[in-house]
Amino acid sequence: MSDAVLSLTHLHKHFGALQATNDVSLALEPGEIHALIGPNGAGKSTLIGQIAGHIRPDQGSIELGGETVTNLSVAQRARLGLGRSFQVSSLAEPLSVMRNVMMSVQALQGHSFRFFKPVARDEALLAPALEALEHMQLGHRAWTPVSELSHGERRQVEVACALALKPRALLLDEPMAGLGPEGSARLTELLEALKRDVPILLIEHDMEAVFRLADRISVLVSGSIIAQGDSHAIRHDPLVREAYLGDCDA
Amino acid sequence: MINTTSRSAPEVAPTPRNERALDRKGVVQIALLAVLLILPVAAYVMGEFYYVNLASRITIIAMAAVGLNLAIGYGGMVSFGHAAYFGLGGYVAGIGAYHAFDATPFMTWPISLPGSDNLLVLWLAAALLCALLALVIGAISLRTTGVYFIMITLAFAQMIYYFANSWPTYGGEDGLPIYLRNSLPFVDSSDPLNYFLICFVGLLLAMALTSRLMKSRFGAALTMARLNDVRLATSGINPYPVRLVAFVISAAITGLAGALYADLNGFVSPTVLSWHFSGELMVIVILGGVGRLYGPLAGAILFVMMETFLGGITQYWQLFLGLVLLGVVLFAKHGVMGFLAGRERNE
Repeated sequence: MSDAVLSLTHLHKHFGALQATNDVSLALEPGEIHALIGPNGAGKSTLIGQIAGHIRPDQGSIELGGETVTNLSVAQRARLGLGRSFQVSSLAEPLSVMRNVMMSVQALQGHSFRFFKPVARDEALLAPALEALEHMQLGHRAWTPVSELSHGERRQVEVACALALKPRALLLDEPMAGLGPEGSARLTELLEALKRDVPILLIEHDMEAVFRLADRISVLVSGSIIAQGDSHAIRHDPLVREAYLGDCDA
Repeated sequence: MINTTSRSAPEVAPTPRNERALDRKGVVQIALLAVLLILPVAAYVMGEFYYVNLASRITIIAMAAVGLNLAIGYGGMVSFGHAAYFGLGGYVAGIGAYHAFDATPFMTWPISLPGSDNLLVLWLAAALLCALLALVIGAISLRTTGVYFIMITLAFAQMIYYFANSWPTYGGEDGLPIYLRNSLPFVDSSDPLNYFLICFVGLLLAMALTSRLMKSRFGAALTMARLNDVRLATSGINPYPVRLVAFVISAAITGLAGALYADLNGFVSPTVLSWHFSGELMVIVILGGVGRLYGPLAGAILFVMMETFLGGITQYWQLFLGLVLLGVVLFAKHGVMGFLAGRERNE
């Protein structure tokens, strides 16, 4: 437990009478893909919001690489090494892929209040950004505007933006959503290669991908984690079958 | 349009279009500057000082709009209160001159501070005070977005307007005359052409600063704050301080223009603090092309020309201004610069 990269301890969050997060504890270990699944309305988005820093929990704490980040902003958490992608890609569309990725490099170097040196030829920004893009096999698209990219490529750019932060942990929110079988298979492959370097907390609806990729799975229902284990255990857990898989399997 | 999806992209950054040989945009930009520079020189030679001062007026208004364009166009912060900085800059020049003329101190406590009629001192004071005011107003206003930001910047500016209106020491609503134009060492600032050239250099410096800023890391962060602030935060940069610094720089530029304006007219009054003037600056930025480096200049030329020449024919000239603005907003979204020089690449 102590060597976990990202750990949530007894998180609580309610909106009025709705208990969106109810005593959630979860740990992301080095080298693993930990999947978080749950039916619609289970509180996945609220939980992601709390991990990324958009939402403050009512109780409980979040630690990233041994540091408590519960009260830090989105930007501070990112600089501490939390990379994330969004359910709906969130990039600056008119800008080139490179410009989007360079922003992370710039944040990591901590020099955003430099007013005179042009960035267009700043190797200190260009080289690491290109490296992150090549990691996601997108080096050939570096100078293409994001608006011209396919859906799947945008997902890859988001992951590249996260990688450029040299993250300790990746938080990927439904990266397979809206991808065709080909794109999905490709991203699965890239993520599998990635997990040795950076553990991934994967929120995903695509069950096939989850069972194939995830080392461990946590199942969130009505704000609580009702089961945790490897894919075999989750597949055969009666509670999970009832709450989640039951509605499609039975 | 070349289909970029099929060919492999280059490994290095492509040369930005504006660094290649002179293109249409470059021609338009140079033409604008040349017209602005040559006409007042010609008018001066012919002894038509009125037109020299008209060119100074265009230049100063353009500089104020360059400041506003940094906030609206580059930063996406729609400030409806930039008259506050323009007016404060003007009052710095006016009040400095007032005390220098009377040989009375501006204040005696906690430190004794005399008036000054040295333009360099007044400019520095105007820029610093406007930056300070913008730091306070921006720190509060930037906690809101959208319509609320527009309204809160307007509210702050109106507070300052009514304060100036009701404070009798410096003329209240009657305004404050500057009997002798504030001076520079070695240059006779009372000469209309010299004063125009001072303003022209000021405009060029403001535009060069904007251009340089927007190519830097700070500019990259500001652009991202405008386009997608969630992405900026997720990349590890907090948008708030980036916006605040841009807002402060924007206000300082507009404030400097205000100081130049007061000395051009030999007069400063609450009129330049009113929301009408904030609105005029916004109209100029939109007319010229939001987020275009030369937009404020094109907009100021068009605006002041219409005001002067149509205003000389009919007092209803603003009807025509309205029609032109309508045309620009409906048919040329990128303003006069977009119409003349083509669309800007986004990076």
